[in-house]
Amino acid sequence: MTWFIQTFKSSLGKKYIMAITGLMLGSFLVVHAIGNSSIFWGREAFNAYAHHLHSLGIFVTFFEIGLYSIFFLHVITAFYLFFENRKARGGRYEVWTSAGGVTWGSRTMPYTGIAIFLFILIHMANFHFVEKTEVFTISDYVTKVLTNPAYTLLYLVGLGMLLLHISHGFWSLLQTLGISHPKYDEPLRIVAWAIAAIMGAIFILVTLLMVVSRNQLL
Amino acid sequence: MASKNINILVKIWRQNGPLAQGAFEEHALKDISTDMSFLEMIDVLNEWLTRKGLEPIAFDHDCREGICGMCGAMVNGTAHGPDKETTLCQLHMRRFKDGDTIVIEPFRTQGFPIVKDLIIDRSALDRIIAAGGFVSVNTGSPQDGNTILIPQHVAEQAMDAAACIGCGACAAACPNGSAMLFASAKVSQLALLPQGQQEAKKRAINMVLQMDKDGFGNCSNHRECENVCPKGITIRNIARLNREFMKGSFAIDH
Repeated sequence: MTWFIQTFKSSLGKKYIMAITGLMLGSFLVVHAIGNSSIFWGREAFNAYAHHLHSLGIFVTFFEIGLYSIFFLHVITAFYLFFENRKARGGRYEVWTSAGGVTWGSRTMPYTGIAIFLFILIHMANFHFVEKTEVFTISDYVTKVLTNPAYTLLYLVGLGMLLLHISHGFWSLLQTLGISHPKYDEPLRIVAWAIAAIMGAIFILVTLLMVVSRNQLL
Repeated sequence: MASKNINILVKIWRQNGPLAQGAFEEHALKDISTDMSFLEMIDVLNEWLTRKGLEPIAFDHDCREGICGMCGAMVNGTAHGPDKETTLCQLHMRRFKDGDTIVIEPFRTQGFPIVKDLIIDRSALDRIIAAGGFVSVNTGSPQDGNTILIPQHVAEQAMDAAACIGCGACAAACPNGSAMLFASAKVSQLALLPQGQQEAKKRAINMVLQMDKDGFGNCSNHRECENVCPKGITIRNIARLNREFMKGSFAIDH
């Protein structure tokens, strides 16, 4: 067991935790985006998807517990890394100019992370911890929340943060896991960007669809 | 390019000792030849300070031909200055314009305490080497040159990693103060060759643990390091270290 503790206490071990939990959270996002896409086929399809998902019963609970664990492992490790890295920096430079490495995504990882955390809390308060009935379904909640201009803006900003976070995160986790080679390093960067963009586009389209269609959602 | 003389304003970090409070000092330099190297410009400044009876600026340097790894400072916020794959001694004043202000700071990171002015203590890098950057097989008397055959492309990669001169620019430029590029180059140069492969897993673990112990940060894959490295060492080596550490952690036999 000592090797296990030694590994995950080390700097690289913590990066592995970030990479693996990040990959799992990313995979969840892909599934979430695909599931949400059912809304493009109308409220019946979306309600049916939600109904099917919940009919899995106990598995949903298991999945939720797993997802919460992965999520908090990612967040707690991130806090450790953030404070360790700030200490390791050992004083700021009077002048610091990037030599061409950092990106908007990489530079803002801890901050977009916190923003996403807050966004997820609001998101869950909006749709998860609400009572859904036969009369007022999940579709009604989605319409109600997203047509509120304040929420529309909040969701667009939140999704923007998410996009920025995974624009660096997807490629970074592959590098951390040692998956890098001059042959496919650049293509992988582009694929990571593309996945982030497609996923972001789906979520943003859902938000905009609600605004445009108002109460006329099929 | 024809040489000419320029006037510059140098804003340079002065600090009396490791625990002393440091501050910037400004010096206006006149008639600096653009043929001078950056360190020669500091030499000129130091001669002037000495003649005035003031303390010259302490800075590290040795070969002045870009191969020893002694020199290094942040020039206008970039380690070793604005030129790619260039050590500070190989940076020339022709890179600057008349009237420029040049801000010079020591390499800063938790792992490199400041000794005086621009001189930093890089012995943390030596401790990382001592933790595993060697081959501990009994080599005996020298072998014939080509008894162990190594494909050219492998030898080239090992040599590319071995080009690291340990200047510390990677850790200094890293927003997290991480020395991963250094450690990964030292792990790679040995892990790629048959003589080094025997101890590759253990080496990766020991060097990473030593790096953590010396107060270096965690790699966030910002890629600043490879962009300031005077020897053009790439983060492909970091990916290799990540693999070696993983093998060492999960698949070591002892």
